[in-house]
Amino acid sequence: MRIRVCMVTLAVAILVMAILIAGGAGSKVNAQQALPAIEVKIDNFSFGPAAITVPVGTTVTWTNRDDIPHTVVSDDKVFKSKVLDTDEKFSYTFGKPGTYPYFCSVHPKMTGKVVVE
Amino acid sequence: MADKTKDEILYDHNHDGIDRRGFLKCMAWAGTGTLCVMQGGVMKSFALNRPSVPGAAVAKGELSFVQISDSHMGFNKAANPDVAGTLQAAVDKINGLATPPEFLLHTGDVSHLSRAEQFDNVDQILKSTGKQTFFVPGEHDVLDDDGKQFRQRYGKDSKGSGWYSFDQKGVHFVGLVNVINLKAGGLGSLGHDQLEWLEGDVKHLKSSTPIVVFAHIPLWTVYPEWGWGTEDSGQALGYLKKFGSVTVLNGHIHQTMQKVEGNVTFHTAASTAFPQPEPGKAPSPGPMTVPADQLRSYLGVTNVNYVRGHHALAVVDTKLG
Repeated sequence: MRIRVCMVTLAVAILVMAILIAGGAGSKVNAQQALPAIEVKIDNFSFGPAAITVPVGTTVTWTNRDDIPHTVVSDDKVFKSKVLDTDEKFSYTFGKPGTYPYFCSVHPKMTGKVVVE
Repeated sequence: MADKTKDEILYDHNHDGIDRRGFLKCMAWAGTGTLCVMQGGVMKSFALNRPSVPGAAVAKGELSFVQISDSHMGFNKAANPDVAGTLQAAVDKINGLATPPEFLLHTGDVSHLSRAEQFDNVDQILKSTGKQTFFVPGEHDVLDDDGKQFRQRYGKDSKGSGWYSFDQKGVHFVGLVNVINLKAGGLGSLGHDQLEWLEGDVKHLKSSTPIVVFAHIPLWTVYPEWGWGTEDSGQALGYLKKFGSVTVLNGHIHQTMQKVEGNVTFHTAASTAFPQPEPGKAPSPGPMTVPADQLRSYLGVTNVNYVRGHHALAVVDTKLG
């Protein structure tokens, strides 16, 4: 009787541990898959949305939908796109937290900001 | 009796010898092929297409040149799918002028995307004027290389980002570059080195020397919300204060605009490619699409005449159609 109780307790303990480990591993995988790609649209001489906040590791893609070429240039020279004609894209992956103001070097009144947390 | 009063200065509120009412009346006619010439502080106007223009010698002037701007070679969207065609129409207009120009000034945005074939195309079309063209870059001409290719093509004798000066028939021409090193949220910019050069370049000129400054972005504040101005142009104009006649020719805004401030006449040219909205009349300053049969009436070239001894250069805008 005592041995059986012990065996059952041990089995339950092993089962619980197995579930915990499996659950833990699963949530790690889910966290990596949860980072969505973020889109910023360039149109009518403006970035939309102009200010965004994203988690570290996010890739932001700017797409030019305007009928005039634009560029995406970081104020602090962290990133710089080539000139983007209509429908052309530029992507940057933000590996470090911080605030990244940027502008269009062709039309400097166009400004935007990416906050990475 | 009537003729006598016509030549008198009637409204000289600023006591500077300029008949402003006459000037404004004249400017209202400009753009329909009217030549306004300043003589002794009074504006006289002559229609360009009249066969026997009174004072034809005056209309001929001693120096005549043409400003074109914003050809945007390579642009092909709704506002104008054929910018090569409209540039050719501008050249045809120039070749048809009663007084042929001695040379051309192109105030920038020669190309739309700074591509070699776009610059080549413009050069090819302008060749048929048989005249030399002096260029300054627009922001579309310096993409990806800070203007290196532009300077190689058009700025052999230029300094820094591409500024230079030259003289023609006693008139001093200054080409400035205000589209490089633009700062976030800012306007056009000349920069310290260029300003320093300008100060030295004009220092020893007699104040009676007529000055023509040409640059892409307007050197006066047209509409800052759209970036239509130059941050440090005040300093540049300060170096030109002593001169009796200063003409500033710009582009960038794709519409004609004039402003007179003392001895300085500011003028922006129409584009040969597509129009843009008037300040604040649209959500953004992009290409403005108009009915196809009206497009050419929004495009144009500018004819400039200088007659020695006269106060200001005569600046006349002509539409393409």
